Amino acid sequence: MLAFIARRLAISSLVLLAATFIMFVLVALSGDPLADLREQSTPQAQAQMAARIKALRLDVPIPVRYFGWLTDLFRGDLGVDKSGHAVSSQLALATTATLQLVVIATLLGAFIGIMIGVVSALRQYSSFDHGITFAAFVCFSLPVFWVATMLKQYMAIEFNDWLRDPVIPLWVIGLVAVFAGLVWASIYKGRWKGKLTTFAIGFAVTAVVLYALSASHWFADPGLGFPFILVVSLAAAAGASTLVAGWENLQPMYAALASAGVGALLYQPLQPVLSDANLLSILGLALLTIVVSWVLGHTLGGLLRRQAIPLAVFSGLLTGGLIFVDRILQAWHSYTVSVRNRPVATIGSETPNYSGDFWHVSLDSAMHLLLPTLALILIGLAGHSRYSRASMLEVMNQDYVRTARAKGLPERTVIIKHAFRNGMIPITTILALDFAGVFSGAVVTEHVFGWRGLGAMFTKSLKEVDPTPVMGCFLVAGAAIVIWNMVADIAYAYLDPRIRLS
Amino acid sequence: MTLNTEHAEPTAAPQGMAVTARTQRQLVTRRFFRHKGALFGLALFLFVFVLAFTSIGFGPLPGWWDKPWTGSGTILDRGRPTLSVIPEFLGGSGIHLGEHPFGQDNLGKDYFALTMRGAQISIIVALAIGLVSTFVGTVIGALAGYFRGWIESALMRLTDVMITIPVLIIGAVVGQIAGNLGPYFLALMLGVITWTSVARLVRGQFLSLREKEFVEAAQAVGTSSRRIIFKHIMPNTLGVIIVSATLAVSSGILLETALSFIGFGVRPPDTSLGQLIQTYRSAMVTRPWLFWWPGIFIIAIALSVNFIGDGLRDAFDPRQNRVRN
Repeated sequence: MLAFIARRLAISSLVLLAATFIMFVLVALSGDPLADLREQSTPQAQAQMAARIKALRLDVPIPVRYFGWLTDLFRGDLGVDKSGHAVSSQLALATTATLQLVVIATLLGAFIGIMIGVVSALRQYSSFDHGITFAAFVCFSLPVFWVATMLKQYMAIEFNDWLRDPVIPLWVIGLVAVFAGLVWASIYKGRWKGKLTTFAIGFAVTAVVLYALSASHWFADPGLGFPFILVVSLAAAAGASTLVAGWENLQPMYAALASAGVGALLYQPLQPVLSDANLLSILGLALLTIVVSWVLGHTLGGLLRRQAIPLAVFSGLLTGGLIFVDRILQAWHSYTVSVRNRPVATIGSETPNYSGDFWHVSLDSAMHLLLPTLALILIGLAGHSRYSRASMLEVMNQDYVRTARAKGLPERTVIIKHAFRNGMIPITTILALDFAGVFSGAVVTEHVFGWRGLGAMFTKSLKEVDPTPVMGCFLVAGAAIVIWNMVADIAYAYLDPRIRLS
Repeated sequence: MTLNTEHAEPTAAPQGMAVTARTQRQLVTRRFFRHKGALFGLALFLFVFVLAFTSIGFGPLPGWWDKPWTGSGTILDRGRPTLSVIPEFLGGSGIHLGEHPFGQDNLGKDYFALTMRGAQISIIVALAIGLVSTFVGTVIGALAGYFRGWIESALMRLTDVMITIPVLIIGAVVGQIAGNLGPYFLALMLGVITWTSVARLVRGQFLSLREKEFVEAAQAVGTSSRRIIFKHIMPNTLGVIIVSATLAVSSGILLETALSFIGFGVRPPDTSLGQLIQTYRSAMVTRPWLFWWPGIFIIAIALSVNFIGDGLRDAFDPRQNRVRN
């Protein structure tokens, strides 16, 4: 495995090197960086031109220029832009914004997409499957910039207007509930009587929840609260362990429930700790959660430790996440007041000159991330759901799945342990390839939402024929993509031993 | 063995099941035309294509629409679209096109003519991207898959490198170089950088087909490599190539419109659907139709091509992934 990782690392760096060379040549050919100075007839123009030629090495052929750039790069110097400012300082700010957007969108898109894909594979040729297939086709054909502009207009501006008096009209509740009921009924597999019951339950639950949220003005000051966190985390722990471990051996479930319960019970005691939190203390708490859950899984898991530990850690982190979301939502009210009742942001990656405690700043960047991420997820969702559906179907047709069924294993075990785990192996490659596509999407969404990220920096510098910042942006994006690909490859090799042994 | 043929029953067509011999092409065509989604896609694409190219005319050919896409005019009813599709008995104003079916922009330009011009350019660019990228990808994939050895490693490393560069980023740089030379040259250049997925698919096909007996037989009788590639292997990969060509067209239109949107694609005085959206994006609140029409046309073109591609895939590869229950 180590040899594999080393080999992969070497290949990755060579690929990145070659990619920077191609880009460097293309960018160098894309225009004349001196054009703006040539038009000026002031006496300083000559001197400025000479200085720029020296700074950008315009007097040497392109390959030589590339090696100059590369040598500087290895010394940790990314060069200067046309006006002489160092690229690295601009890049640092832009990178955080864009990487945040890209990574969150990729992970969320993959998670939701895989869930949808697996469900539609398990219900092949059902109305759910047909609906998802059609929706995926539409998503494949949507231009990102169009979706982003639409989101900006309808999700942000009109949603913000609606938030002033957050009452959901009855007909909207009715429509949403009917839709939810139809979705659940189409997933249900069986006779029409069961379908009808599923529809009724789905309809009723959605309608009641929406009505309650609307009537209590929840959207004006949202929050989760202790009872909700307790119930949801315990339910999620039970659900996850039912899926993964089943009801035959209950030790993993005990471990997961214990981990979720301990987390939820710490809700009240944690509040003072959380009120003056920062990023470090949050990370520390997450680490502590993992350790405690690991110990719980190890002690309660019995012989099934290998299942119990991941389950306990998952439940613990989920509970922690819920508490985190709850605490962030406590900042909602004062936040909306401070941004003049327009919480869903449409421009930039943060409110300019905004100051507040950790929670307010986090909420601020979350509200700015919301729409661009949504646009990127919507586009990526189609691919992920299609690929995971195809991969899952392929696995479900394998002989070993038939064998598993033939020897009488419960359907849950067949699907989760035999089919799902193998079906997800090819998805790692798709995830890797897709990452570059998300970067492409990020360039466009940043343009729409006015983010000052990598994409904006890239388009601006390219338009102004400023080669060094363009290369800086590409270097960061390319490095992120290459690293992501490498991680996916290593994951693939870890999951499928045939790869690393060949 | 009996020579008495009097009692021989005609063996063909038991229970009315007539067996007809069909060529591969007939089989594929039959399967394609039985695919509802594909037929829908084909009809939609032909509709958009014919509408775009006959309405305002193309090049020297005149069209049936009387307003030019360049000229401005007087603004009627604040430039609202006059298209109406709700019949009178349903409370609408009847089915008619009106003076400006898609409305007018702030200078009074007829937006129908403008959208049609944008659709023409976008369709041409998308088709050209599809053709060029499929051609380049097929050549690279075929060479790599058939010859193996150093050719394969060199070409596949090149593919790996190209995959690392986000397509919009390299597309923007290429657009910056080629944008001033007109949309056709831009399409050519974009085709030259988007061949990677076709190359990988074709290479995979060639790798498996070159080990087959018929290739070995051809090699044994001394057939030249060129003949084996074009006459023996290529026809067997045609399905994969055609399907990926349609997908390249649909991603081509999305690439071109995205590039035009961020300003590196089709430039004024030429127009394209993406450029129209960029130009009129700020008018979203006051004149939303300027934003809607080009978007609907982009989706219609991309969606129809995707449906055609799906139908072709099912037609060429009818192994249905039905789960055994």
